[in-house]
Amino acid sequence: MAYTEEELKKELETKEYEYGFYTDIESDTFPKGLSEEVVIALSKKKEEPEWMTLWRLEAFKGWKEMTEPEWANIHYKKPDFQDISYYSAPNKKPKYESLDQVDPELLDTFKKLGISLDEQKILAGVAVDIVMDSVSVATTFKKTLAEKGIIFCPISEAIKEHPELVKKYIGSIVPPKDNFYAALNSAVFTDGSFCYIPKGVRCPMELSTYFRINQAGTGQFERTLVIADEGSYVSYLEGCTAPSRDENQLHAAVVELIALDDAEIKYSTVQNWYPGNKEGKGGVYNFVTKRGMCERNAKISWTQVETGSAITWKYPSCILKGDNSIGEFYSIAVTNNFQQADTGTKMIHLGKNTKSTIISKGISAGKSQNSYRGLVQVNSRAENARNFSQCDSLLMGNECGAHTFPYIEVKNKSAQIEHEATTSKIGEDQIFYCNQRGIDTEKAIALIVNGFSKEVLNKLPMEFAVEAQKLLEISLEGSVG
Amino acid sequence: MDLKEKLVSSFMAFENNVDLENPIHDIRSEAIKNFETKGFPSKKEEAWKYTSLNSLQKVDFSIFPKEENSLEYNQVKKYFLHEIDTYKIVFIDGIYSSYLSETTHDGVDICLMSSALTKPMYKPVIDVYFNKIASKEESLTTLNTAFSREGAYIYIPKNKAPKKPVEILHFATGNEASLMLQPRNLIIVEENAELQVIERHQSLTKNEVLTNSVTEIFAAKDAIVDYYKVQNDTKDASLIDNTYIAQKDKSVVKVHTFSFGGKLTRNNLNFFQNGEYIDSTLKGVTILGEKQHVDHHTLVHHKQPNCESHQDYKGIYGERSTGVFNGKIIVDKIAQKTNAFQQNNNVLISDQATINTKPQLEIFADDVKCSHGCTIGQLDDDAMFYLQSRGIPRKEATGLLMYAFANNVLESVRLPELKKRINKLIATKLGVRLGFDL
Repeated sequence: MAYTEEELKKELETKEYEYGFYTDIESDTFPKGLSEEVVIALSKKKEEPEWMTLWRLEAFKGWKEMTEPEWANIHYKKPDFQDISYYSAPNKKPKYESLDQVDPELLDTFKKLGISLDEQKILAGVAVDIVMDSVSVATTFKKTLAEKGIIFCPISEAIKEHPELVKKYIGSIVPPKDNFYAALNSAVFTDGSFCYIPKGVRCPMELSTYFRINQAGTGQFERTLVIADEGSYVSYLEGCTAPSRDENQLHAAVVELIALDDAEIKYSTVQNWYPGNKEGKGGVYNFVTKRGMCERNAKISWTQVETGSAITWKYPSCILKGDNSIGEFYSIAVTNNFQQADTGTKMIHLGKNTKSTIISKGISAGKSQNSYRGLVQVNSRAENARNFSQCDSLLMGNECGAHTFPYIEVKNKSAQIEHEATTSKIGEDQIFYCNQRGIDTEKAIALIVNGFSKEVLNKLPMEFAVEAQKLLEISLEGSVG
Repeated sequence: MDLKEKLVSSFMAFENNVDLENPIHDIRSEAIKNFETKGFPSKKEEAWKYTSLNSLQKVDFSIFPKEENSLEYNQVKKYFLHEIDTYKIVFIDGIYSSYLSETTHDGVDICLMSSALTKPMYKPVIDVYFNKIASKEESLTTLNTAFSREGAYIYIPKNKAPKKPVEILHFATGNEASLMLQPRNLIIVEENAELQVIERHQSLTKNEVLTNSVTEIFAAKDAIVDYYKVQNDTKDASLIDNTYIAQKDKSVVKVHTFSFGGKLTRNNLNFFQNGEYIDSTLKGVTILGEKQHVDHHTLVHHKQPNCESHQDYKGIYGERSTGVFNGKIIVDKIAQKTNAFQQNNNVLISDQATINTKPQLEIFADDVKCSHGCTIGQLDDDAMFYLQSRGIPRKEATGLLMYAFANNVLESVRLPELKKRINKLIATKLGVRLGFDL
């Protein structure tokens, strides 16, 4: 049957309506693409107050005028920002019916990490009849925290329930127009964590996104805001050692830490996203903006163990604004196969008697490229600033690369800056020594790598440290010929 | 008209004075095209992040000096290493001065670029070496290539060593209100030969001078080259020095850069190791005051196995001066067993002074030993106390300690007279009365 022109026109009109934007507002997944309407709809979906919507729009406006940064020492196919769906409700349907259907390789890794069966199921996306333990644990935790006045909830909840805090601090450390990916995140972030520690409170436990049930599936644009009020202390853990097979290719998170006078924040990250297969296909792009602000006598300590992602591009930074404030950065970045990592830190010394320590350990194996890029800046008014930086690289095999790009800018004569970098490989004599004592080569290498990274591993909270150590071994498995 | 346009348009005037049939001219035309597209580097480029050429581009430099000027030896004697006999290649406002120079063709060639570029007897050498390692991309190097006509030409054949060191001196007499100079040097040291060179740029008046110099050095197997750059110019003179060095098996090349003067100094020092068992040394002392700016930009590219490189740069920055150190080491995949060391120590003695440093390693081979260290700090309090407790006033003690700090770079200087000279310069610059004669 032939169409008349009229019919065709009609059909096209209805078609547009069918797939058009506004009809989809009720559904759980937005069509692909990014525009002002998407940002508004997203904000509406999350039932956000008007100021938040306007804030997002402002960020989006800024983002449109920006271009993607290209200065990093990494090569990748740029993501198409119009080919991403910016909102999808957490998928409630379990992916698998039982553990038997899960990729055995993944299960093997779980086993090596010593993850309990129930946890394995959650992580792999297997249907579980509610993990009673976890729920009860979570509720007891919530009670203890509430007693102390600690707020720990998803950021979307905080926007509604604690707008005064969120409004005051969000974007104060990482402004919406800070950089390309921060702007994108500010415009379209779906969820994340919010944490507030009241004055003088020492948080009794390690806060971890891992324990928060409703945290699951926050998606690719995560926003974290941690505020430690005067004299408080918090240790915050992010990520988990288990490999997550995330479908989202692009991750652009923003983390803001605020340590008011005399406060201390310890922020630990273990990142083990899908690094792509052995041929370098697939894998997550991890483009994160992390920054903390230290007021007087405050301290921020970043610890990170980066083993996953095809591309890691992040620089957790400290702005040492207050006098006597301290910034620390401890990092292990492991790259294998075709992974690329360009990571490091920025220490901006503004206040008097500020101190910073940077310990970065890079391990490259396979055909990977691992870069340390850091900035230590001492302002002309930062009397007696002190910095110590050490970046060590370990190369395994002759097809990988290790690079260091430390920037040091000093404008004050009383500053004391030290920077050291070394690059080396595992010595044959070290391996021989171990072999001679009955330790096989693979084990020997794990041993040496562990020793190499000990300084950083020691900074991790206990439970994490044990898992991270195993994770290092697994990441480097088979990289030795 | 800005400086770039002026330079591009004066290329035509330049063409009237050179032999267009000479194949060298194709190289020049190619180079000016590159400069025309790229222009002067801006602060947006990573390599020029800390050094701005904007103020220089506003000056109306004359590109060809209008008239020749002559100098009496006594006027400029102090700039020569007059204590010992040397070969001298002297240029006054960019023009060769045969009166002040002492060149030779006795076994070795120590003469002029202009004759090397035009005379047929040099053609085989020029064909093989000219513009072979100088960058064809970097805009300032290509700018120099486009106007390359004059400079020093040194050729040391196999197993030879000239009897005395060579001094290359560039004087600016202030004939022009502002002058731009673009010397081009080519130095070839053949197998098992040896050479020592001292290079100096000196302005004699307060008129503004900008020098954009390119030097290519080829060190063949077992060759030994010592190159000393003395940069103690007036505060109206700026220098952009581009040096490219290619080394073959077992050659030893040392470059010492002494930066005490000048308004803006940029040293682009590039080493390419094209053989095994090579030793490269890059050392520098920088002592600045007023509003001076010195930028050391070094590259050591390890392309073959079993080589070494040593870098040691010390800097003392006072008043409103700015220092930049950007040292890059690249180790290629096949360059196993490389030992590359880099050290950069700085002392700031004023709150208005700035130091930006970026030691950079790019390593693609696994069996290597590479390290870099960088410090910014003050003089040791204990040492200070020790000296003061022995009756040495604070000012003198500071001077002595700084002198000691900078002095150890001089250990590898092989010309005693030069060492003495530099020692004195350091002492004067720091205002120290050493109390002993060097």
